[in-house]
Amino acid sequence: MSYNSDSSVQEIQEVHIHRDDFGSKMGMWLFLFTEILLFGGLFIMYAGYRYLYSDGFAAAATELDVLLGTINTVILLTSSLTVVLSIVALQKNNKQLSLFFLWVTVLCGLIFLVNKYFEWGAKFHHGIYPKGPALQNMSEGEVLYFGLYFVMTGLHGLHIVVGLIFIGYVMRQIQKDVITSVNFQKLENSGLYWHLVDIIWIFLFPLFYLIH
Amino acid sequence: MANGTIAVSPHTAEVDFYNVRTKHKGILSWLLTIDHKRIGIMYLFAVVFFFLVAMTIGVFMRLEMLTPGETIMKPQTYNSLFTLHGVIMIFLFIIPAVPAVFGNFFLPIQLGAQDVQFPKLNLLSWYLYVIGAVLALTSLFSGGGIMDTGWTFYVPYSIRTTTNVSLSVFAAFVLGFATILTGLNFITTIHRLRCPGMTWFRMPLFAWALYATSWIQVLATPVIGITLILIILERAFGIGIFDPALGGDPLLYQHMFWIYSHPAVYIMILPAMGVVSEIIPTFSKKAIFGYVPIAISSLGIALVGYLVWGHHMFSSGISDTSRVIFSLLTFFVALPSGIKIFNWVATMYKGSIEVTAPMLYVLLFIFIFSIGGLTGLSLGALNTDLHLTDTYFVVAHFHYVMFGGMGIIFFAALHYWFPKMFGKMYNEKVAKTAAIWIGIGFNMLYFPMFIMGYLGQPRRYYDYLPEFQKYHIFSTVGSWVLVSGILIMYINLAIALKRGKKAPDNPWGGTTLEWKTSSPPIMENFKEIPTVTTGPYDHSNMESQEVKK
Repeated sequence: MSYNSDSSVQEIQEVHIHRDDFGSKMGMWLFLFTEILLFGGLFIMYAGYRYLYSDGFAAAATELDVLLGTINTVILLTSSLTVVLSIVALQKNNKQLSLFFLWVTVLCGLIFLVNKYFEWGAKFHHGIYPKGPALQNMSEGEVLYFGLYFVMTGLHGLHIVVGLIFIGYVMRQIQKDVITSVNFQKLENSGLYWHLVDIIWIFLFPLFYLIH
Repeated sequence: MANGTIAVSPHTAEVDFYNVRTKHKGILSWLLTIDHKRIGIMYLFAVVFFFLVAMTIGVFMRLEMLTPGETIMKPQTYNSLFTLHGVIMIFLFIIPAVPAVFGNFFLPIQLGAQDVQFPKLNLLSWYLYVIGAVLALTSLFSGGGIMDTGWTFYVPYSIRTTTNVSLSVFAAFVLGFATILTGLNFITTIHRLRCPGMTWFRMPLFAWALYATSWIQVLATPVIGITLILIILERAFGIGIFDPALGGDPLLYQHMFWIYSHPAVYIMILPAMGVVSEIIPTFSKKAIFGYVPIAISSLGIALVGYLVWGHHMFSSGISDTSRVIFSLLTFFVALPSGIKIFNWVATMYKGSIEVTAPMLYVLLFIFIFSIGGLTGLSLGALNTDLHLTDTYFVVAHFHYVMFGGMGIIFFAALHYWFPKMFGKMYNEKVAKTAAIWIGIGFNMLYFPMFIMGYLGQPRRYYDYLPEFQKYHIFSTVGSWVLVSGILIMYINLAIALKRGKKAPDNPWGGTTLEWKTSSPPIMENFKEIPTVTTGPYDHSNMESQEVKK
């Protein structure tokens, strides 16, 4: 292709990008729908197998540490609060406070992952992992329970990591004054994502830890 | 829209999007572009390439079926080929073809916008598509050999086979991601970027069809995503969810698979129906009959299509209650499709019909798709399905619907919008000849399969009983006719690309916004944002723009 010389069209690609906060939030909500359906598939399978193997599921659920699960729930709920606070702080033009709340969020996310690491580690230590020695002696319901447990909490953990990366990126943008009190849609979007991660956990927690 | 106030004068010195000065030069001006038109063109070349690959595989499969027993390949090769043919056609051609190529190129223009809502995300979708395609191709030459599960990856075989299932399945997952992001982009674009005066019910029906499609893409694709990931985890770690040896239920896999893959059928066909609703008014010189029912029936198909997945499992061992319910719901899907067919035919009634190449393809589509749709009802009825399931009847049915529906309309769209996309005219006579060859070859190839299936020829076998040979010969010869038609068509377009006459802005007398801008369009699509005052198919002011021959 040859390039005609027409000086009026310089940087023409820039016109394609325009700011539309509402549109950007809408895109984020659609993306959250897809995430819910992704986990929705797993929740359907959980429901199906819970119905088929209710005894096995009840027996396996006693293996989980309710205290650790509760602590993690509290941690995640707190982190959701701090994300909201950071948005409010930024809206009120308090950059430092906003960053502080995001730091708290990141810290909560990390503590959650560390707790999860110890939980999984303990299971592995007892031989409870796919094809592990302890699991092979358990009933089919228990095998499926732990199969789902590892997949669902694993996928959820992965989402925490992604959420932390989003928040880390947003924090840099706030520091560089790209995200400001009048242009905070990216912060709000990563906040939405973080709430989603939180909500999924709110369903995972009773399904795996509390129903015996 | 016909009398919209657009100040775009034809044939000015305005620079089209191919020749405009861009930030990056040479090949990078394509690979790093965020212009929806360039991304659409890149998709076009990718999907045509994969179509030709999968078509070639199909020709070899037909050649194998020419005689009973081994003709040119071993059974294992045949298993791999039909898997490949299915996977490439479905995931790399049919699903992305119309939305990603023509949707990308024309949706923003038809809405009077400059681009999609998220241009960078759009480019990311294209890269995910390419990465998915590369992964799929890599899986052919690595691991334990070419996958032999069929495109449905049914467990437990897909867990046990030593062939390279994991990588191919991951490729399908990545391709799904590309689809989701495109759908998300289109929905937001339609909500946010309609030009002044473009109300919901002044949108072209192609945009309506893409809107319905995008919702299915967003709402159904994640379910297959997680299901495919579970196959990979099952193969890697043995978590048991789909493995009957560990208590898992293979039927549950089929449910999860078809919860996505049946709506996916409508991801394939709805955009094609949108294209038909564009072409028929243009070449009938008449406003579409029943605009609102067609628009709403797209959403209806999307909604009901979500609830009929169980009809793929009538013989898998689901309960009688669910079979009856799914069968009933399946019949309901025929209603919105029927509404569309009747409205298209009614649009042509008393119109001034001009049988050009795109219109010829559309007529072919109505004929073929009606056969495909009606045989779908035979399969949706429980008792006939038990007789016909897993026979060539099913193969014939879905080729009539998928290839005859979406594939033929892909060709129609290519001819309809070719002048706009490339600014060149093709040889109309050759294009029509190709269309007729395709029509004849198509029916020769697939119609005998209905008969064979009815007589009991099972699908996916590389061998058959001698009494079926006469049908197989007929069918294989048909594949040669079809392929020659397709090759003539592509060669004709390739010649037009190189040496075609310059296309006018509105060669067909179309009324939607893409015909109001130059061919090919300028980078910003319109010199100034158009304002729309009427519905999309208002031909009342078209006399002055008579078709330039």
